[in-house]
Amino acid sequence: MYFESLGAALAMDGHGAYVWSAYAISLVVVALILIVPRQRQRRFLRQLAGEQKRQQQGPITGLEGK
Amino acid sequence: MWSFFHKLGSPPWLYRIAGTILRWLLPVTILALCVGLVWGLLYTAPDFRQGNSYRIIYIHVPAAVVALAGYYVMALAGAVSLIWKMKMADVALKSCAPIGAALTFIALVTGSIWGKPTWGTWWVWDARITSMLILLFLYLGVVALYEAYDNKEAAGKACAVLSLVGMVNIPIIYKSVDWWYSLHQPASIKFTGNSSIDPSMLYPLLLMIAAFYALFTCCLLLNMRAEILEREARTGWVRKLAQGEGG
Repeated sequence: MYFESLGAALAMDGHGAYVWSAYAISLVVVALILIVPRQRQRRFLRQLAGEQKRQQQGPITGLEGK
Repeated sequence: MWSFFHKLGSPPWLYRIAGTILRWLLPVTILALCVGLVWGLLYTAPDFRQGNSYRIIYIHVPAAVVALAGYYVMALAGAVSLIWKMKMADVALKSCAPIGAALTFIALVTGSIWGKPTWGTWWVWDARITSMLILLFLYLGVVALYEAYDNKEAAGKACAVLSLVGMVNIPIIYKSVDWWYSLHQPASIKFTGNSSIDPSMLYPLLLMIAAFYALFTCCLLLNMRAEILEREARTGWVRKLAQGEGG
């Protein structure tokens, strides 16, 4: 490791606040673009499954013969 | 050859193959990002002029490079969907926009944070930075334009045209540091001639660039999978999938 201690790595000779905040913000954005589409897909499939269940158990409409 | 294109246009095939690719590409991407991050942050020497603040390069440059590359992908998808009316190209176009916007945002924010200790200012209306800001607005414009239309087909057409017109901005971004007097430093990595960056700094940077390309691919596939399902909600294969998922 280049730095002598954890404290030195955090401080980075006075540039720590800049470097670490840049990395933190980027990490949050990267996590978001990975998580959001998965959540969207999961939510959509769950919703669709619920709709299908309701259709199967749905009220008798007089169209049973159809 | 033609059968490959035929398959590319088939939603269930594309959905499945994207899932297969993601199963190995996603872990590889995350591993590469972690390795590159630790390498760049802790195992490289500081720059002799900028000190430790230069470490921001390991996210700033990859994010900017891939934000530009992503625009090519988006514009290409736009061209394909306009010329051949390929629906999956339209899905790709729509899926590129939010990822491109996120990467451009990262490039701008990290650049701004880097600018403070290096140039003494958070922001300047400089050619490179302004043209990157326009890139962000182009990406966000595509996202907003899709939401603005009720008719999906009309939305796709408008977005394809917007993304193609926006291509004008890309060479401006590349050349901005050469054409105008700029605070932004010129490119350190060159394909021809010597790079002005030390190999010990270059390797982690190249790894991070590769990792960001992979990240873009992963996010694109994830977005496309979600988009395909929503567009194909009425088809049998999606209904079957939902039954398996929702129990």
